[in-house]
Amino acid sequence: MMYDVIIVGAGVTGSAIARQLSRYDVNTCVLEKNEDVCEGTSKANSAIIHAGFDAAEGSLMAKMNVRGNEMMDDLCRDLDIPFKRNGSMVVCIHKEELPGLKVLYDRGIANGVKDMQLLTREEALALEPNLSDKVEGALLAKTGGIICPFKLTIAMAENANVNGVDFRFNTAVEAITFVKREDAPAGVLAQLTAEDNGYWKLRTSNGEYLTKYVVNAAGVYADSLHNMVSADKMKIIPRRGDYCLLDKEVGNLVSHTIFPQPTKLGKGVLVSPTIHGNLIVGPTAVDIDDKEGTNTTADGIADLIAKANDHVKNLPMRKVITSFAGLRAHEEHHEFIIGEVKDAPHFIDVAGIESPGLSSSPAIGEMVGNMLRDRMNLKEKESWIATRKDILNPQELSIDERNELIKKNPAYGQIICRCESISEGEILDAIHRPLGARPVWAAARLASAVRASWKSSIESSVSHMKKSRRQVARARLSWNGRRVA
Amino acid sequence: MSEYKAYDVVIVGGGPAGLAAAIAARKAGIEKILILERDKELGGILNQCIHNGFGLHTFKEELTGPEYAWRFIEQVLAEKIEYKLNTMVMDISEDRVVTAMSREDGMYQIKAGSVILAMGCRERPRGALNIPGYRPAGIFSAGTAQRLVNIEGYMPGREVVILGSGDIGLIMARRMTLEGAKVKVVAELMPYSGGLKRNIVQCLDDFGIPLKLSHTVVDIEGKEHLSAVTIAAVDNHGKPIPGTEERYTCDTLLLSCGLIPENELSRKAGVQMSPVTNGPVVNESLETNIPGVFACGNVLHVHDLVDYVSEEAARAGANAAKFVKDELDIANASGGQVGGAAGADVASAAGGNEIQLVATEGARYTVPSTINVSRMDDLLTVRFRVGAVYKNSYVSVYFDDERVMHNKKRIIAPGEMEQVILQKKKLEERPDLKKITVKIEAE
Repeated sequence: MMYDVIIVGAGVTGSAIARQLSRYDVNTCVLEKNEDVCEGTSKANSAIIHAGFDAAEGSLMAKMNVRGNEMMDDLCRDLDIPFKRNGSMVVCIHKEELPGLKVLYDRGIANGVKDMQLLTREEALALEPNLSDKVEGALLAKTGGIICPFKLTIAMAENANVNGVDFRFNTAVEAITFVKREDAPAGVLAQLTAEDNGYWKLRTSNGEYLTKYVVNAAGVYADSLHNMVSADKMKIIPRRGDYCLLDKEVGNLVSHTIFPQPTKLGKGVLVSPTIHGNLIVGPTAVDIDDKEGTNTTADGIADLIAKANDHVKNLPMRKVITSFAGLRAHEEHHEFIIGEVKDAPHFIDVAGIESPGLSSSPAIGEMVGNMLRDRMNLKEKESWIATRKDILNPQELSIDERNELIKKNPAYGQIICRCESISEGEILDAIHRPLGARPVWAAARLASAVRASWKSSIESSVSHMKKSRRQVARARLSWNGRRVA
Repeated sequence: MSEYKAYDVVIVGGGPAGLAAAIAARKAGIEKILILERDKELGGILNQCIHNGFGLHTFKEELTGPEYAWRFIEQVLAEKIEYKLNTMVMDISEDRVVTAMSREDGMYQIKAGSVILAMGCRERPRGALNIPGYRPAGIFSAGTAQRLVNIEGYMPGREVVILGSGDIGLIMARRMTLEGAKVKVVAELMPYSGGLKRNIVQCLDDFGIPLKLSHTVVDIEGKEHLSAVTIAAVDNHGKPIPGTEERYTCDTLLLSCGLIPENELSRKAGVQMSPVTNGPVVNESLETNIPGVFACGNVLHVHDLVDYVSEEAARAGANAAKFVKDELDIANASGGQVGGAAGADVASAAGGNEIQLVATEGARYTVPSTINVSRMDDLLTVRFRVGAVYKNSYVSVYFDDERVMHNKKRIIAPGEMEQVILQKKKLEERPDLKKITVKIEAE
């Protein structure tokens, strides 16, 4: 069958575009090489919704960031996922660098960022007592926020799926060729309209796909995809960032997201509460060659601890519950590349989506959606469903309500994760809903915040069994949590 | 909301500690006892410890874990002590209302005359160790592997490296070898083993498995499945020494790097915790700062021998019984009426001489932390651990500034729990005693 649009990549960007397109009468499919959404860059990042003062004035990055940030409240309400504007703070610890804060402030104003304020040392310390003693001043941006990137991606993808977008997992694109109208077999020709000059043929690890438009949202692989169709080559450099995640016990060390002053290499090592109440420290920034190189390094972790300690004191690194590394899809010009490829009509790049990509995702979805709407003259569906309900959280229920729930579905009476009190019912919900979770850890993150003491044990105890959905579910449910005494 | 159920003693956890506590409470005459167990059977971790060596102290014979557990389960059954399986305790309130949940019974609350915390402990996971590298499949805590092999019937892998020399890791080195795996090396960050000497001999030496002290894992390879780990020697600060790296191909990495008492419930209830043991701070009766809430076993402090767990738990059970019967503070009650449950906090505040126990100079902690002489038994076992290996040294006990005990030991090691026994009559002779100090001395 012929799709109107195929989106390659089910990260936060691809999922945002998919949701935007699901508003229209258009035949859309998302191809993802991994077994679930949110398996690449979207999975391992700072989980921050940036205010928008970092990106260069007039850049697409700045525009997308500020617009994405504005859209976040409504989006998260519609999709029933948590989002908190905890505010971002850029901290200056060298007197001679104080003017840098003003530069950021001015850039923020130029970018259209609201609610910013330059703070004195005293004002900053009053808001955040655990800032370094060396603090000289700070920039406060109240619109900065924290979010769960898994939930955001899952919710957008799920909503797109409910509205008719197909998702194909374990489907890696291996080759893309344009088939001219005159070369089209008769059966395919019948699916083209008079205006179509031809179509794209995608060879994948999971069969052949035909489409009139391709959206390249392939993250660190966006260059491979682009280079299949264009003579004007692109290079995406995986820029690795190591992170440490700390126990909820110390999640309130700071309440704002604390940044150092930015450098050429990026926004630096931040210290922030997460939306789930943990504390996150990271990332480092190391350019590597391996697009799957998500290994942490001893040097990286030592480096981020040292840098975080520059700006925040009393950092309880003994409370680390896990460390991980993510890859940013860095393009050498440090700018989002969004648009139709000049020598490949109907092929739209959405590439170089590094930070602030998460923050920008709804705006990118809107932009690419509008672009395709105008190109294809798409009509809005009458029956578009704008909202979805997140997984039921029994912890928000009274004892009586919870009893009712268990009576209806006894799985809610069986606790699987004792740290976070996640029940079997929630995990089954995660597996059975639209685009249900496939890998073990995806079910975990979908059901709730993941705490390493649980995740690592479940992951390791079942990961050696092959990850078919049913096997995983069975393995998970027979695993009853008891470890040692 | 349905009515509260009421029990005199509610025990959270049906492992070795919970079982022994229940039996002791019954022997002390308590009728309404309830054990709440989250697993599908009683016995706790002993069920997966199929090796022998349990019960040498208690029964003067060598039992396997399940056999040892059965000795206690049998008594629980014979005494018709109530227990609920597949039941998770969700909350314990300061006034001892226990909220529990299961598939069958839903969520319900129990008003407990006293509560005994016996939740055990869990293993430190990879994440908390901050080992760099990839996060592939094939990395297990030693206890997880033990469960897979001994209960679930899965073999985690064929070529094994073990990080940490805790007892479970040592036991699993032998177990994996017996199941046909090749255990290549056990690396231990510290300059001494964290496990019992007998386990090093019987599980490593007897099988020719090398133990590399002062070594740690510095890299983990393999994107989907573990393919190799690199270990390196560490300096005095635990930092890897460049140039000492050795790479081992393997498909399995087992972690045995410490146990963490499982005290989420205790913390939520407001129980005061010790930063050293990560368990509750308790007095001579094994009672926490919340009157009527007792703790025993690995949730209190991590033990190496289950015999000591059973003994400690029996004391907690007996004391919980006394609390329910208003007998715990009976010695102080001579001057006036002390109302047991309701008046306990008043009693302990007003109660006789409270002596602080202090661990110092090598001793890391003591259990208990305080002694109210009027409430103690004729003999009180004080348990502690040391922070390093001491050879030909003395365990010393001071009453205030006076040394009253000075026992030479050939070797004192962090992996083996130590104890001293205090006599009530000696303490009664010193009504002004404020502080008992336990320390390790060279001579």
